[in-house]
Amino acid sequence: MTQYTTEFGALANYRKGGVMPITDEPRRFVFSNIFEVAAKSRPWERVVVGKNFEYTIEVSRTEGTSPWYTAAHDEFVLCMDGAVEVHLIKLDDPDAHVDPESEGAHVIDATMPEGRKMGRIRLRRGHMAMLPVGAAYRLVNDAAPGVVIYQSILGPVSVEKWAEICQH
Amino acid sequence: MAMVEAAPGQPRISNPRGLPLQSAFRTNPADNFTGYRSFKAGSFEFTRDEYFAHIRWPNGQHTMPVDAFLRALMRDVAWGFFYGTVNFDGVFGTTNYYGEVEMFAGAMNESFKAAKRDYIERFKSDQLMRIFKEMIGDWTNQGYDPFAAPMETGVPWGTKNGDNDPAVTRQRVTAKRMVGLPGDTPRRTDANGFPVNRMFADVPQDEPEVEVEPGFEHEVSAFNLFAYLSRSDVTWNPSVCSVVRESLFCPTSEEFILPVEHGNDRCEWFLQLSDELIWKIRDGSTGRDTATIVCRAGDICCMPSDIRHTGYSTKRSMLLVWENGSPRIPDLIREGKAPTVAVQF
Repeated sequence: MTQYTTEFGALANYRKGGVMPITDEPRRFVFSNIFEVAAKSRPWERVVVGKNFEYTIEVSRTEGTSPWYTAAHDEFVLCMDGAVEVHLIKLDDPDAHVDPESEGAHVIDATMPEGRKMGRIRLRRGHMAMLPVGAAYRLVNDAAPGVVIYQSILGPVSVEKWAEICQH
Repeated sequence: MAMVEAAPGQPRISNPRGLPLQSAFRTNPADNFTGYRSFKAGSFEFTRDEYFAHIRWPNGQHTMPVDAFLRALMRDVAWGFFYGTVNFDGVFGTTNYYGEVEMFAGAMNESFKAAKRDYIERFKSDQLMRIFKEMIGDWTNQGYDPFAAPMETGVPWGTKNGDNDPAVTRQRVTAKRMVGLPGDTPRRTDANGFPVNRMFADVPQDEPEVEVEPGFEHEVSAFNLFAYLSRSDVTWNPSVCSVVRESLFCPTSEEFILPVEHGNDRCEWFLQLSDELIWKIRDGSTGRDTATIVCRAGDICCMPSDIRHTGYSTKRSMLLVWENGSPRIPDLIREGKAPTVAVQF
């Protein structure tokens, strides 16, 4: 029986493809590579690599401890390289940290937000976790830098630098 | 594939060509020689024989290899006519108006249009879907699965030989919030009938370590998405795995060829999660080749809404299809307010 090898990407090992135009323009396809973007960004910077109206896919290099974040809606995080721990706290007063009508992730400027511990999750490559509405979360990675993507909405911590990251 | 359920307040149905609604449908008895039924929807007639599907309309006819036709028909059925246009090939297809659907021959083909040989009819979606479901049921033989990669299924050829209803009536997976949450779509396991695919035998099956404080069992949750995808029993059939309002993560496993040329009516993002997938890009209305895109693990790109695309994946790969299922979008498209390209920079 044939043995197949599944190729995943990593910060230290990825093979970027690309757009080969005939008559179209590469920039119309908004092509980038999440590992390349993470490698060239600051730790925990949430760089938008996908945008569909208000919705985003954001990529971060996981290195050390992230700020505490919260949002007025669910978000999801998918570990694409390395391992990362997710800490979750049920905020006593979510509206004090984020307008319930707002969108996207917001940083909570506190060492430990006020609320009840909900739990923690250890993610490795391919693992997805929910970041539920009403919770504060932070990510911790004390090992080699890794990469996560977020399913979210454009907000105050979303960083757009399309010309820098995309083929054109 | 990743259609959201019809939302309250769904916008009015568009009929941009001012076509009358067709309401005549017929299923004919099985042919004495081939054993297959033939079907009629409006003026379109469908017959199959040992090798081919034949489509006839008042001023023309078209023939497709029946394997390609069944794979395309299966997706059109499973995806509820999907977003925008589903080209079965360069001639025949459907365009979704979300409640109604146009079926066409040559309408997305430069030669047919130039010669004014293109032909379009308009149907109620549920009525056309009913006859499409009858067709995929009758024309799929025992042992053949139009959702499966060619090396993982039997052949569709020959005269009528049984059926494969469990394969052609699969329900698409649509998580309400996230796979694995209590009451939501379950994870895939050996026990519930989803063994690891032969091409993903090396994908780790470990699950995240989740420590939950009492009372938060419905909110503290995680699962191994890559393991979930390694156990998919279908190809080119995205399923909703996580939902942020109308933002739908619809990952899927891909092997061989995307059986349709999809002309989405909205921008559609692809994040390649593993391996390699080659996209062939053509102009949405003429079918002329415009680009090729090679996507490897970590590559992300967006299909503009004025193109059609198909894809090729030799080694089974994991692809995250990302859709915006907002019911506002058909109105925005109609008013010309929906962007053709997702991001300008």
